[in-house]
Amino acid sequence: MSAEQPGSPAPAGTPEPAAGGPRTRRTATLNHTIVSAVVEGSPAVVTFLAILAAIVLGGLIIAFSDPAVLSAWSVFFSDPVNALAQAWDAASAAYVAMFEGAILNPHTVAAAFHGGSIGAIFYPLSQTASDATPLILTGLSVAIAFRAGLFNIGAAGQWVGGAIVATYLGFAVSLPPVVHVVVCLLGGFAGGAVIGWLVGELKARTGAHEVIVTIMLNYIMYNLLSLVLSNPRALQQPGQSNLISPNLAANARLPHVGGPPPQVDLGFLVGLAAAAAVWWLLSRSTVGFQFRAVGANPSAARSAGMDVERSWVLVMLLAGGLAGLAGAAVIQGPLQNITFNSYGTYGFDGITVALLGRASPLGVVLAALLFGALHAGGTVMEGATQVPSDIVEVIQGLIVLFVAAPPLIRAMFRLRRARAAGLEAVPKGWNP
Amino acid sequence: MKLELTGITKRFGSLVANDHIDLTVEPGEIRALLGENGAGKTTLMNVLYGLVQPDEGEIRVDGKPVTIRSPKDAIAAKIGMVHQHFMLVPVFTVAENVTLGMERTKAFGLLDRRRGRRDVRALSERYGLDVNPDAYVEDLPVGVQQRVEIIKTLMREASVLVLDEPTSVLTPGETEDLFRIMRDLRAGGRSIVFISHKLKEVQAIADTITVIRRGKVVGERQPTATDAELAALMVGRAVQLRVSKTPTRPGEIMFDVRGLTVPGEHGKPAVDDVSFEVRAGEILGVAGVQGNGQTELCEALMGLRPAAAGSALVDGRDVSNMAPRERLRAGIGYIPEDRQEDGLVGDFSVADNLVLDVYDRKPFASGIALNLDAIQENAVSRVAEFDVRTSSVATPTSTLSGGNQQKVIVAREVSRHVKVLLASQPTRGLDVGSIEFVHRRIVEQRDQGVAVVIVSSELDEIYALADRIAVMYEGKITGFRPPTVSADELGMLMAGAGRDGAAPGAVDPASAGALDPAATDRPDPAGADRPDSAATDGQP
Repeated sequence: MSAEQPGSPAPAGTPEPAAGGPRTRRTATLNHTIVSAVVEGSPAVVTFLAILAAIVLGGLIIAFSDPAVLSAWSVFFSDPVNALAQAWDAASAAYVAMFEGAILNPHTVAAAFHGGSIGAIFYPLSQTASDATPLILTGLSVAIAFRAGLFNIGAAGQWVGGAIVATYLGFAVSLPPVVHVVVCLLGGFAGGAVIGWLVGELKARTGAHEVIVTIMLNYIMYNLLSLVLSNPRALQQPGQSNLISPNLAANARLPHVGGPPPQVDLGFLVGLAAAAAVWWLLSRSTVGFQFRAVGANPSAARSAGMDVERSWVLVMLLAGGLAGLAGAAVIQGPLQNITFNSYGTYGFDGITVALLGRASPLGVVLAALLFGALHAGGTVMEGATQVPSDIVEVIQGLIVLFVAAPPLIRAMFRLRRARAAGLEAVPKGWNP
Repeated sequence: MKLELTGITKRFGSLVANDHIDLTVEPGEIRALLGENGAGKTTLMNVLYGLVQPDEGEIRVDGKPVTIRSPKDAIAAKIGMVHQHFMLVPVFTVAENVTLGMERTKAFGLLDRRRGRRDVRALSERYGLDVNPDAYVEDLPVGVQQRVEIIKTLMREASVLVLDEPTSVLTPGETEDLFRIMRDLRAGGRSIVFISHKLKEVQAIADTITVIRRGKVVGERQPTATDAELAALMVGRAVQLRVSKTPTRPGEIMFDVRGLTVPGEHGKPAVDDVSFEVRAGEILGVAGVQGNGQTELCEALMGLRPAAAGSALVDGRDVSNMAPRERLRAGIGYIPEDRQEDGLVGDFSVADNLVLDVYDRKPFASGIALNLDAIQENAVSRVAEFDVRTSSVATPTSTLSGGNQQKVIVAREVSRHVKVLLASQPTRGLDVGSIEFVHRRIVEQRDQGVAVVIVSSELDEIYALADRIAVMYEGKITGFRPPTVSADELGMLMAGAGRDGAAPGAVDPASAGALDPAATDRPDPAGADRPDSAATDGQP
């Protein structure tokens, strides 16, 4: 480093601490690195602790919404052990049921040894995968836009766009087996992509803010769905007065993979493939390089000759397509037809998933699986323990709350925050 | 008030930001703290102001030890601080900002606004600060905002004022005003700690200069010390303040700008019918006070801002209607004015930033797939070639020092083998060592036959680099001069005096000389019909 400084009075090292700091730190052991990552509260740790905190708080809410627990606590001082035990029982029963519904039910394992179905063991996991599928896709939709600096609040509307096209192609057209599935999926992608493209084009040409446009387009798409479902010449099932479409042709349905009853439908694999594709696009392609540059610093991207507006249009087109694909996957998978409120909360859960997954494809898949597990488990829990499955929404909300507020998590778990040398004021309370 | 710091030591992990620093500031003294970026000046002052707790050391005020745990303690000890980034509420008036946190109230807890205004006016008049207490801070120029910060410290009766890099945001004129105010404050018995890395400024204003390098005090000097001595002390080795440069051997016209007009705000053009040409192997320095259209000129030349009229030719090829990407491809290298905003993606690694404008070309991409190995190899060799001090090529550029960030940009642009290099304020905010490096690279480009345009508001930089000087004032080029022109004449041109003519298209440089006969020590031969060619011919 000192090659250019012959006769330098201080030949060793660099004059700038900005470069000198990391140099000396390189000698630190791996152990030290891990410890400091934990102590300094790296995002992964914060995310994990946020989930933990949400589950603990969710457990408290479950316990204290149970009438038996409340009556035990009303006489807390006469029998505190019973009160605590009741609370613990209520919460743990709910979580055990959730676990059995989402991951593994020990009874099925025991049954398998006595001649029961081996496939049944994997039923909860297949349910989790199935519930995670649309969330992976809408999560990717929000994440890819986010990486290019755009907030796609419109995955819900794009989902509808994709679902309408996929449904129509699914029942109105007659095609051979494999082709029909592919055509419907592509149609779903295109249906969402058109809505996304519109958002990007409006932003690029007029500067209209994508948050406003996507929110408004959500309403337009919800009502467009009702409109096409109220016309038999469009999407309405003939002879129906309800807002419901005909069922898809058998050829258009996503085939199941993995054999007998506990199956994963092909949609899950489509979701994983989309995640892999988005990962490649973002980190290994020139298009993704441009997206990320535009997202991180549009002025520098523009100065480096990138077309910022065209990036916006393209990324919104892809984001819309992914959300549309989610619509197709749900319609061609579990639903088989579309009703006026089939869109559920897939679009908005996608925002949550992208946030929790830190807008990385792998993170999105993991977050979607977590939420899929909560959904799958929540349904079983409601049946087994009378705890309303709405508690799942509460836990989801708490996770996001904690993830979005890292200082809160740091304070709760007494993590230290990494400091920028000398620049940051030292918060009160942890001076030695 | 006498302020003494003894043995101040502050460590951040393994980094020693301050290493047993001793500093004594006498009453009525302007003490300069000189050092490169990252030498530990700001950390020391944050210790003094209670923003950072020292690991060792003692602070004494008038001989008595004080403990400063927060800015509140510092204010109580009569220490005032003007930060590099102002701490003002833009939508409040000057008086409201000044009284914020020390509001006086009347009966029923009503704010005594009149008193606040009166106090501000009194201080403003006493020290010639010229600040209107009723003006909204957001409407004020940066220099005046800084004075509001000074008034804030004075209202809190500070006897020692710490000014952290106060001139980095000021125009030369505003700097002069600030220095006058500092002298007035000194005359009023206050002491000032003036933090800077600019040699000229500390020489101009300081009573004593303390030089800090890598967290240690390496020497105290009088302002009479030479540039070279101070720079060597600061950097730790002998520094060439003015890069050596052979006379230019201009070749063909490489960059030809004709009648460029860029619309500005309020209907007045930001760039008004600007024409110049730059030959291969020549550096044109565009001098001028910041805000006279230089930013707009550069952006328009890069296609980042629409031009209303005019053309630009690179090596005979018209680039006027090209998008930024095509202009870069046509052979323009661009070093933007604001490196963090326009030059780099801070979150990106050094390696990615080194290919920011060539990432989609061979060998860095095939089809739409990035070739990460090629990007990595390129980064390793550029980092070595341009001496970028970074722990690895995967380090985000936002963590590098300003000098190293600029090296990344320079490395990227000149490695593309450009025909024209357009550099705007290429060394703003850099320390002496980095300035030397960047200047050397720019001259190197010239010697390789690149046509170079340097836009700078630092006259030193213009003199150090330019083979020919153009002066911009209110969007127009007010004159072309050879580099031997006197600073006085340049100053006059920069202030709009001695304009070559109302319509630069029909310029007669001889008339400019006539307006300002004393200034031109090398008359342009014969007043050729175009000022730039005249100046080029003026070269030996």
